[in-house]
Amino acid sequence: MALPKLAVYKFASCDGCQLSILDVEELLLDIASVVHIANFPEASREVVEGPYDITLIEGSVTTPHDAERIHEIRRESKYLVTIGACATAGGIQALKNWGDTDAFTRTVYAHPEYIETLKTSTPIKNHVEVNFELRGCPVNKMALVEVISAFLQGRRPNIPEYSVCIECKRRGTPCVMVAQGTPCLGPVTQAGCGAICPSYNRGCYGCFGPMESPNTEMLSAAWQRLGVTNRGLVDAFRGFNAYAEPFRITSDHFEALAEARGE
Amino acid sequence: MTSDVRKIDVDYIARVEGEGEMHVKVVDGKIEDVWFGIFEPPRFYEAFLEGRPFSDAPDITARICGICPIAYQMSSVHAMEYAFGASVTGQLRALRRLIYCGEWIESHVLHMFLLHAPDFLGYESAVHMAADHKDVVELGLRLKKAGNEIVTMVGGREIHPINVKVGGFYRVPTKKDLETLVPELEWARDAAIKTVKLVAGFSFPKFEQDFEFVSLSHPLEYPFNEGRIVSNKGLDIAVAEWNDYFLEEHVERSNALHSRIRSRGAYHVGPLARYANNFEKLTPAARDVALEAGLGPVELNPFKSIIVRGIETLYAVEEALRIIDQYEEPASPDVELNIHAGVGHGASEAPRGMLYHRYELDNAGRILKAQIVPPTAQNQLTIEDDLRVVLEDSLDLPDSELTWILEQSIRNYDPCISCATHFLNLKVERINTK
Repeated sequence: MALPKLAVYKFASCDGCQLSILDVEELLLDIASVVHIANFPEASREVVEGPYDITLIEGSVTTPHDAERIHEIRRESKYLVTIGACATAGGIQALKNWGDTDAFTRTVYAHPEYIETLKTSTPIKNHVEVNFELRGCPVNKMALVEVISAFLQGRRPNIPEYSVCIECKRRGTPCVMVAQGTPCLGPVTQAGCGAICPSYNRGCYGCFGPMESPNTEMLSAAWQRLGVTNRGLVDAFRGFNAYAEPFRITSDHFEALAEARGE
Repeated sequence: MTSDVRKIDVDYIARVEGEGEMHVKVVDGKIEDVWFGIFEPPRFYEAFLEGRPFSDAPDITARICGICPIAYQMSSVHAMEYAFGASVTGQLRALRRLIYCGEWIESHVLHMFLLHAPDFLGYESAVHMAADHKDVVELGLRLKKAGNEIVTMVGGREIHPINVKVGGFYRVPTKKDLETLVPELEWARDAAIKTVKLVAGFSFPKFEQDFEFVSLSHPLEYPFNEGRIVSNKGLDIAVAEWNDYFLEEHVERSNALHSRIRSRGAYHVGPLARYANNFEKLTPAARDVALEAGLGPVELNPFKSIIVRGIETLYAVEEALRIIDQYEEPASPDVELNIHAGVGHGASEAPRGMLYHRYELDNAGRILKAQIVPPTAQNQLTIEDDLRVVLEDSLDLPDSELTWILEQSIRNYDPCISCATHFLNLKVERINTK
């Protein structure tokens, strides 16, 4: 029987999430023995025609061409998975959604007329139906292996939806907010990284994006008690998952407050 | 009169990081146009860094590249520390070199085994190559992992590490932590020597260019984080003088800015440049292995960059072992910063070449202006020069073989197109009018 065909596509991104596929190292050849890596330009010149059984998408939609291309990819993909913060939430480049893209283009490029770009950076789900979203900036490589394994076994991937706090407890890391007074986004951020930052004495900066029903209001109040300003809260929520709805609403709220108070 | 157009189109060059294209047009056997374009979507980092706190720069700029995040973190922290007049010395400085060793090993080995070696052995990919050379691919994957383990130990994770900050680190490892890396690094030293011998046995096209090699140079060590910017043609400047000597241009075919040395033109950054400018700073073993592999102290054939990557991998393994051996846990994980308005410059050696950052900061340390000059943007003109020469020598080849060797010429540079845009689509057009 022919192996299921896997495709990997890139949109606006840093390549870090697709690199995770090569970073599984000794598992790479095992994966290649159970799926046919049919279209993965970063790793191979070979392109086997679709349709593909499982398609991994890295990156966000930022150009008119990409807004068209994602529809073609959806048509040739049976099961479409977004990998990482860019594909799932628009990525760090979604910070331009709050700016003036024309002014941004003028800032970086001498000839803005050569540049073709949309005014927004948006996640894949804003354009086509997505079958599963894997979070993280970058994704956890073992979670990526789990998504591929679950697909092959015909089950839902076993990916946690609780907060980073649970992972800290499990690791035995003392709470950095309580013990050190270090502001931390862990209570509103989805687990999956293994709670790395608090174990290095720094607060979580939210690279896995909002957990299910995050209480950003309570957390922001706690940050303010630690002396963080409205502007500081805007910076914190406008990170790698800035355009994910709960973080977007929160940063907009504190931006309005900061402006009203002339911060 | 009939027009015979010879045209080769590669709309998406494989086995490079990011999205690029190449167009070649040959009319009556004469090359009319060669260009290498970058269609990677622009992401506007320099624009949205404006207004962010200085402390965000290492985490945000890391996301320019998933393959060399440490390079971005290092160039940015050095630029900020320059602005604040801070200096990070001793064991903290050594830890920065150590994590950079990890990134060089991981990135060089990824390129050598998974992206470049398949060209020399005639396979579409490393996975195809593994069918006949499983032991080679497995050697590469294990060596790459040895590099990633250093990055993970010091940085928290291999991609977008979280432990690097302006002033030092959030937490420093214990001596015991680092010592756990030693057995695998000792294996890696032998594996790196084996790798050099293996890749030196490939067959290389006869091809040399009179490059201007630009890299950092430090009086005492092979460069990672600091030094003066030098070239084999007499350039010798401080990092802060970058904009006086280099020019970035925006051309229509590319979403990346092209760099040139003012009044001189194209230059070459990366392993060949570092090696030519710093051969004497390699470890004795790395120098010996290089000479045994048939390299001179200067190598002008970019196809042999794969051997030089092997030499630099060996150097990085030996340097990592030296740092771990001499490591003593520092009393504090960072130095204190005196935040004030200023301008900062930083340059460090990313695996694929020198990376320059410049920031203007306000009194609260917020970024007013950012400038980031990645290695692939600097190499873009040189890559086009190489393509032109390779094409002239290879016009007799059928299109499929010509396309492959042109792609390989681009991969010689391990281009990171995600970095350059802040690339690959190959088109060869042949026109015969007779």
